[in-house]
Amino acid sequence: MVVKVQKEDFDIADELKLLNLKKNNSGGCVIFIGKVREKNNDLIIKSLEIEHYPIMTEKQLETIELEALNKWPINSSLIIHRYGKLFPGDNIVLVMTSSAHRKTSFKATEFIVEKLKTKATFWKLEETLNKKYWLKPEKN
Amino acid sequence: MKIIYFSWVRERIGINHEIINLPKDINNIEKLLDFLSHKGSGYKDALSNKKVLKFSVNFEFVDITHKIKNDDEIAIFPPVTGG
Repeated sequence: MVVKVQKEDFDIADELKLLNLKKNNSGGCVIFIGKVREKNNDLIIKSLEIEHYPIMTEKQLETIELEALNKWPINSSLIIHRYGKLFPGDNIVLVMTSSAHRKTSFKATEFIVEKLKTKATFWKLEETLNKKYWLKPEKN
Repeated sequence: MKIIYFSWVRERIGINHEIINLPKDINNIEKLLDFLSHKGSGYKDALSNKKVLKFSVNFEFVDITHKIKNDDEIAIFPPVTGG
């Protein structure tokens, strides 16, 4: 179980090694990468600034990961969430889970990604060509 | 008590955190919001829509009726947009 909150980018191949897939009897690993879009509806995005609440964010990510571990037989898992000023195409978040069977990993990864939307203390300030605004939570 | 503000709550109030001495009659989040709202127009603007705001006490999400003490760390912020 790994949780990281960081400014810098992540390398998926490096992070995948932390899941110890060769030795933990995993038949499947699901990887989700969240990225900065180039457009929001018709508006061209210049940047996305992510603010967070240190300590609480790490605690929330650990809680989310533990909830997933308690719900499904996951062999290994990882959440990395970035903060700071990001640009279109940049990585924001990486979620990976491995388990004996693929369905478990698909469900656990989706669960973690959905929980990040409502429980992880991040706020996004989106800047387009002529305005800046704080993003509101998604409705679905 | 340390109070931390995030996102547009921080922008409207104009500071990211402050230390206050909690008055004796302020014993929950809702009363704290009413107390802070009297500190200026920025506070009033940021804190008037109580239904939208979210709160944490000592790094745990709580609701508006949660009891508070002078040595707590409180955070006030809009709904999160992680992921």
